[in-house]
Amino acid sequence: MAFWILAVLAVASGIAVFVVDSMARATFALLASLIAVGATFLLIDLHYLGALIILMMIMEMLVMAVFMIMFMMNPAGLMPMSMLHNKTGAAVISAAVFALLVAGIFLTDWPDRKGAPPPDPTEALGMSIMGPKMLVMMVIGVAILATMISTVVLATRRGRYDA
Amino acid sequence: MTLEGFLLLAAALFAIGLYGALSQQSIVMLMMGLELMINGLIVAGGAFWYFVAPQTADGQVLVLVAVTVMALEMAMGFAVTTAIFRARDVDTTDGAEDLKG
Repeated sequence: MAFWILAVLAVASGIAVFVVDSMARATFALLASLIAVGATFLLIDLHYLGALIILMMIMEMLVMAVFMIMFMMNPAGLMPMSMLHNKTGAAVISAAVFALLVAGIFLTDWPDRKGAPPPDPTEALGMSIMGPKMLVMMVIGVAILATMISTVVLATRRGRYDA
Repeated sequence: MTLEGFLLLAAALFAIGLYGALSQQSIVMLMMGLELMINGLIVAGGAFWYFVAPQTADGQVLVLVAVTVMALEMAMGFAVTTAIFRARDVDTTDGAEDLKG
């Protein structure tokens, strides 16, 4: 029951992202959707990942809100305007994708559950990324470093060799 | 609480995000759509871990990667938006369709 409440909340606030007038409000609608998703993780024993998603997304969306206000096309929704293009095409494509995914979900014969969750899934994750899955962690680290460098390069007004 | 329920949630979030990514004119709103799509992937990753293979941590690692991708996507997206806004005063996708076929 708790899952379905959270699921409806996540989907409803997901829809709200593209319905509300103001882009700042859209950011907080997205935050609500992400927090609901993080809360569903608490239901399936993923306490660490659930808390990680909730905390990380709160910070991410607060940063996003600043940029949203910077690039806002329609400040505070004061001027009603359409910010959409190809509305029907987008609706048709996404409805078709949703129908396809739902058909796949219910027609696929999903494999049976293998084993039970470990007593501490967080420990299992930690042992995994520090052991057999360490390459994943290393790639993530390099990707974050590359992103930090390239965002600074992209966002600076002038490159190093400009006069 | 079933695998199908979780996947349904994932599919719904993915479809809403896809609609947003395709229909929004503002580049930053387009990124909100991408975030929602990755949000759906996260749900599916967690659900597959719990309902199909909870014994290994592979599903959890996948969620970790998806969460990181989400943060990196946002950072890169804003850097690109800042760069194109600075260079050409463009803040909508329609203003940056040079590569349109």
